[in-house]
Amino acid sequence: MAISEATRGELAELAARYPRPRSAVLPMLHLVQSVEGEVTTDGIHACAEILGITPAEVTAVSTFYTMYKRKPVGTHHIGVCINTMCGLLGGDAVYAALQERLGAGHDQPTADGMFWLERIECQAACTHAPVMTVDWEFMDDVTPASAIDVIDRLERGEVVQSTRGPAIRSFAATERSLAFPDDGLADEGSSVDDKMLAGLRVARERGQAAPAIPSGQEG
Amino acid sequence: MPLTPVITEHWDAPDLYTIDGYRRFGGYRALQAALQQDPDAIIGTVKDSGLRGRGGAGFPTGMKWGFVPQNDGKAHYLVVNADESEPGACKDIPIMMANPHALVEGVIITSYAIRASHAFIYIRGEVPNAVRKVANAVRQAREAGLIGSNILGSGFDLEVVVHAGAGAYICGEETALLDSLEGYRGQPRLKPPFPAVAGLYASPTVINNVETIANIPYIIDRGVDWFRQFGTEKSPGFKVFAVSGHVNRPGIYEAPLGITMAELLDCAGGMRDGRPVKFWLPGGSSVPMLTAEHLDLPLTYEDMAAAGTMLGTGTPMLFDDTVSVVKAVTRWLEFYKHESCGKCTPCREGTYWITGMLERFEHGTGEPEMLETITSACLQIGGRSFCALGDAAATPYPAAMKFFRDEFIAATSTPVDETFDPVASYVFAGAAAR
Ligand SMILES: Cc1cc2nc3c(=O)[nH]c(=O)nc-3n(C[C@H](O)[C@H](O)[C@H](O)COP(=O)(O)O)c2cc1C
Ligand code: SF4
Ligand code: FES
Repeated sequence: MAISEATRGELAELAARYPRPRSAVLPMLHLVQSVEGEVTTDGIHACAEILGITPAEVTAVSTFYTMYKRKPVGTHHIGVCINTMCGLLGGDAVYAALQERLGAGHDQPTADGMFWLERIECQAACTHAPVMTVDWEFMDDVTPASAIDVIDRLERGEVVQSTRGPAIRSFAATERSLAFPDDGLADEGSSVDDKMLAGLRVARERGQAAPAIPSGQEG
Repeated sequence: MPLTPVITEHWDAPDLYTIDGYRRFGGYRALQAALQQDPDAIIGTVKDSGLRGRGGAGFPTGMKWGFVPQNDGKAHYLVVNADESEPGACKDIPIMMANPHALVEGVIITSYAIRASHAFIYIRGEVPNAVRKVANAVRQAREAGLIGSNILGSGFDLEVVVHAGAGAYICGEETALLDSLEGYRGQPRLKPPFPAVAGLYASPTVINNVETIANIPYIIDRGVDWFRQFGTEKSPGFKVFAVSGHVNRPGIYEAPLGITMAELLDCAGGMRDGRPVKFWLPGGSSVPMLTAEHLDLPLTYEDMAAAGTMLGTGTPMLFDDTVSVVKAVTRWLEFYKHESCGKCTPCREGTYWITGMLERFEHGTGEPEMLETITSACLQIGGRSFCALGDAAATPYPAAMKFFRDEFIAATSTPVDETFDPVASYVFAGAAAR
């Protein structure tokens, strides 16, 4: 699709955020994915024109990073962590169940184009293994059954809450947030859960705390 | 040794992530004090504190800041490494989601100390919820006059940009991160020159980990003596440990450096079903594994080095006896193969060939001679690659062979899934597993 004037304006705004415009190429490609659903040739050309570099240079960047796709991702991106901790604690079974449920292979869209399935690497949430992501928002501590339930609810258009973050929106919406991260959703959903509080609670139970702040320095 | 929540102390306050919540617990008090000091005095304080980088290598933070040439007339930059993608590492993302203002306050103080007027927080793109929490905190700080021009009347100006990556573990390597932030493929640069001299846009640049920077407000606010009460002479301070695996209560545990794995494990409720620890890694897949006999070692940089491993990211992973070490190592090598940036031959080719051989062991078709071949391939990669990803890739296999050679030999004839029922290592059972 041709890139609209409005999007071009936003791409230029991203370029202006940095001391050197080329630094904006990653966020610009996220914005391209948010409007195009993938990194399209038109999107690459728009970035290249705004940055004053060649389309080949933008393409070279886009193919290096796994989050950029060259096929339409669809409404929702589904990730299942299969790195050692998640995979062995059950992520392998979660992935197998979703593969069967969605009929899609690794890094592939479903036939109806609604979902994209991907085996992802460690999501920095090993304490919450096995981890799934929907549009890159956390769905922690999943089982094959709960993962399939998430897909069912998304298909029925129900609200699905991230376990640590806002309600699920869409792949396009997340890609926009990555370009413009102050997306107004910081207050949505809790980002702190029992596992993040585990140590604090043990410390309180046991009456443990950090040594006092030196007197005279408080306040 | 007791737990000592500092960075995590108020995580149960629902509004800690907002500027008002953070301020209620003394937030931004350190910034006010810092701006009244000479920047060099702050560098001196951080040097005296002995704080070591929490990104994995444990490099002394104050010393790193001291390498930045002063009065050189060049722009200086601070870049926060928030790429957290090391398998097992899961502490920076929680810090950013729960206590983002500690990071932002640390960024402002650090920038002032190293005379940077531009700071970047490079967060891995796969975690939008961390990206938005930090962006929200940066906006709130700007609205409160803590970012921008003439901060709190000090004459100090600072811009902070929150930047999302796009999926590449190698971008956590600091020079690859700089190339990525300049808008290129994220491949490491030759060192020297080091970033402190020629980093972002060839200007002096400090790159620090999220947790490192989040320590700064507490050190400035409470002082060197207070900070040095925690930890050891060579590993001062506290650590946000993230304990994962077959423990009863996986999660975040903040304690002084020097707590033992056994003590942390006790806090985490012990191993599930009372099963034994088979192997564990102190901080990420890039550090050599240990076994149950090492549980009483203090978690410090020096004690882990003496045991032949590293503290790394300080995020211990524990596996019980249901887990095949062959499968675990194969999975890590598949990761390194996937993430190798391809710039240098030993890592690009070596991870490919080693992974292929390990996969044969996983399927019970490894040849006994291959064990030596993999060992020799690891020797060809470690120390001979362009960056530390190659060294990391050469780490899991020799470490596993040291303790579990028999398991690899068994995998020359029997698939690991026959020896170790995969379902036994799952954390769910029965109906949930369908
Ligand atoms: C492959 C690779 C990945 C890395 N990933 C990270 C990372 O995600 N976060 C981080 O802080 N350091 C990472 N590092 C270490 C950085 O290169 C660097 O040492 C660190 O950011 C310095 O910060 P510190 O001194 O505060 O620890 C990585 C290193 C390598 C070789
Ligand atoms: S060691 Fe691996 S990741 Fe590092 S430069 Fe070489 S190929 Fe790239
Ligand atoms: S291994 Fe899945 S989040 Fe770390």
